[in-house]
Amino acid sequence: MDKEKRASYFADEDDRVDGIDKVTGRAKYTADHHPENMAYAVFVTSTITRGSVKNFILSEARDAPGVLEIITHLNCPAVPGFQPWAKDPNKKGFEWRGLKPFANNLVWYYGQPIALVVASTWEKAVKAASLVKAEYITEEAETDFEKFRKDPSRLKPSGEYKRGETDAYKQADVFVENEYHLPIETHNPIELHATIAHWEGNDKLTVYDKSQGPKGTQAELARTFGLEEKNVRVITKFLGGAFGSSLRSWPHVAAACIAAKMVKRPVRLQLTRRQMFTMVGYRPMAWQKIAIGASRDGKLTGITHHAISNTSRYEDFREGIVNASQYLYECPNVNTTYKILPLDINTPTWMRGPGEASGAFALECALDELAYKLNMDPVELRIKNYAELHPVSKLPWSSKFLKECYDKGRELVGWSNRSAIPRSKKEDGKLIGYGMGGGVFGASRGNATVKAIFTSEGKLNLYSAVSDMGPGTATAMVSIAADVLQLPAAKISFLLGDTEFPPGPTQGGSTTTSTMGTAVSLVCEMLKTQLIEIARQQSPLFSGLSADDLACSNGKVYAKTDISKNMGFAELVKASGKPQIEILKESGPDPAVRSKYAMNSFSAHFVKVAIDPATGAIELKKVVCTGDGGKIVSPKTARSQMIGGAVGGIGMALTEEALVDTRTGKYLNDTLGSYLVPRHRDVPFIDTWFPDKPDPVINPMGSKGVGEIALVGFAAAVANAVYNATGKRITSLPLKPSMII
Amino acid sequence: MEQHDHTCPGKSRRDFIKKSTALTAISLTPAAVVKAGEHHEAIASFFEKTPLQMEVNGKMVQVLVDPGVSLLDMLREQLGLTGTKKGCDQGHCGACIVHVDGKRVNSCLTEAVDNNGKKITTIEGLAEGDKLHPVQEAFIKHDAFQCGYCTPGQIMSAVACIREGQANSEADIREYMSDNICRCGAYPNIVAAITAAKNSGQKI
Repeated sequence: MDKEKRASYFADEDDRVDGIDKVTGRAKYTADHHPENMAYAVFVTSTITRGSVKNFILSEARDAPGVLEIITHLNCPAVPGFQPWAKDPNKKGFEWRGLKPFANNLVWYYGQPIALVVASTWEKAVKAASLVKAEYITEEAETDFEKFRKDPSRLKPSGEYKRGETDAYKQADVFVENEYHLPIETHNPIELHATIAHWEGNDKLTVYDKSQGPKGTQAELARTFGLEEKNVRVITKFLGGAFGSSLRSWPHVAAACIAAKMVKRPVRLQLTRRQMFTMVGYRPMAWQKIAIGASRDGKLTGITHHAISNTSRYEDFREGIVNASQYLYECPNVNTTYKILPLDINTPTWMRGPGEASGAFALECALDELAYKLNMDPVELRIKNYAELHPVSKLPWSSKFLKECYDKGRELVGWSNRSAIPRSKKEDGKLIGYGMGGGVFGASRGNATVKAIFTSEGKLNLYSAVSDMGPGTATAMVSIAADVLQLPAAKISFLLGDTEFPPGPTQGGSTTTSTMGTAVSLVCEMLKTQLIEIARQQSPLFSGLSADDLACSNGKVYAKTDISKNMGFAELVKASGKPQIEILKESGPDPAVRSKYAMNSFSAHFVKVAIDPATGAIELKKVVCTGDGGKIVSPKTARSQMIGGAVGGIGMALTEEALVDTRTGKYLNDTLGSYLVPRHRDVPFIDTWFPDKPDPVINPMGSKGVGEIALVGFAAAVANAVYNATGKRITSLPLKPSMII
Repeated sequence: MEQHDHTCPGKSRRDFIKKSTALTAISLTPAAVVKAGEHHEAIASFFEKTPLQMEVNGKMVQVLVDPGVSLLDMLREQLGLTGTKKGCDQGHCGACIVHVDGKRVNSCLTEAVDNNGKKITTIEGLAEGDKLHPVQEAFIKHDAFQCGYCTPGQIMSAVACIREGQANSEADIREYMSDNICRCGAYPNIVAAITAAKNSGQKI
């Protein structure tokens, strides 16, 4: 494959393939579907934080107009997947993960669903839900992270790592040591989570769901309700953002299915914005302590990183919070520990960049602090400790162009204007600072299957059950197919978001382009081979020529020696005597490659801030995000993805903080008016740059993915710039003016 | 109970019909119907609905709505115009923005009945047939979205921004557009799209 030509061939055609649907309102997201006779469901949620429901008073709610059913633990039918399979050691069954709605009367957190009202209209369901009364047995709840993280008996060990000496930093010429605090951050995609469940009889279920992995949701629901997988269809045609919140099925998904079965009508259950805080996960609170030691010339000699993050009382959640500290830089002595703290709040989950983003805030701020102590440029400190081999596995990286990112980032942000002395540079009366932070995330490739149908009209339709939360999966897949087949993008469609299609991957962890793209690339190679073979077999034009003598361009097979000898793909399909060419191709990871190489994407973020010394207001003057994601398959959408990650990083750094009242366990700012996400006025122009160098082994495209690295390390860049501007080392997010003045 | 974002009036026309004295009811409706109304959901429903007439995307529509139904839910659930999105139902996110008599409005914050006789334009009414509105074209060209969920609201706001003469600088655009959240973070591209549409010389 001619890698140099990849993605440049149709460079002018890289508008999103679903752009028209999205700008005209035609794109159908989950709650836009409306099966005939659909009823509406609304949750009633707990007003205590820990305990149980003693009694429901439902009479008033039952009498309310339009009510079809009120579901509580008292009348909820038995759900096979809600039975603990461990009770039956001979039967390794499936058990629904996390909270099982209406399975019992227990209350694990404030705002937990305890009942579901189904009514003929949404307004009537809301009204009736407000009339449901519950009496509780209340137990003392514990939601104070800062208090309970200090009690070792409450912590669950969740991984230790050590190479070389423990706490080697203590013997270093120079070392820094600091604690870092992260609040709860919520995904809050603008699309509210929603599920529409529709039973046809007792054994066939169709579900419209906001899912990052329709196949995964299908498998979960089939096992939960004791159905054959083929009898469960999950549809996610468009997904209005998710950032991790749709990586798994939450209680409302099962609840909608239960409700639809009980009322024998399709049921839509759409969460409210408040419920988006309590029912679909969040980035957990975290405390971290990190210490880094170095020799006087800046060689790292020891890194110690301890982290604690919260989970719920009913479910453990862990993520890779200390991982990057183990391998982003060369260092002989590293020890890390990670523990989780169960509290009486809802379960967290992966949020974009997940644990790596939390961990990188501590690691990258600590390195910055160390650089000042060593009187070294922070970028030079990173280059000095650049890891050529993966420090944990000792394997070579399949590709790594992080130095190029450092160089380009410095150039684009104007790093040469940075003063090495904090609080020494002013422009227009404002304190000016420059900062940077690095990021890393695993690059991998999973299983995917794609079906290709090439029609006699010369059109290629590709099908897979992957979904797209926004980065532009279909656009990237069309770009890959166009490139392999040398067929104009306008003739290619990628159909997704339906489990009727062959199994596609769950979209997450920066793997979709790598995983799905491999299957698309391979199926298109097979298609190309078949088209060339048909040409050789069926057309006298190519008699005596071998497959190597033929090539494809602009939807035609032609003879390399004489381009006037050519035949269009459509003609070739007709010549084959079949109505269409159909190929199913499965692809998966290559374990041989995996054992020889470490695979990661890398990023380096640079920002320039201006700070009003009187008010402490932080303004981002320049933002530059550079990322080694391998070959960039779809430049326009990759740039947008990188910008989007930076905006997520701006939120993490400057605005986002979900507050839980430690007395009541209640979210205090559970609206978009009080939980502040970045808005237009918070976001400047963002410059992006990719080395755009293909990874030679990861997949046929050479693409590593940029979804996570776009955010990992960003918040540290802002905090480091604030230090450069003001001399204040702030170690809690979000950064606030009150911490500066 | 959870504090719901969208309260319905406790004393509805239904309460009036079902529970008020027969005297009042009889003066308005035949006794038989009042009696039926006490027992039959369908008839009660009919009496509590309000008939509305409005121009939606250039067409006159007549619709019967329940009390407490927002303009947003009327458009989505009754007229099937699902391009307008519910993002928060609290007026915070801007995903539901439509034009009412040419002004941008959060359709989640206004009841359907308060829009009787008005002229509504939604995202579905912006293009002329297959010809996209210049702002829609600019959004595609500048990749001014990722997931696309906030996009209808962003575009309706963007059109109003230009029409109201508020798109004179990038800073002005950012300020005006700050009622519209884009969680995917396409903000710089949205600003670029609005600037390009405004400078295209086309009628917005």
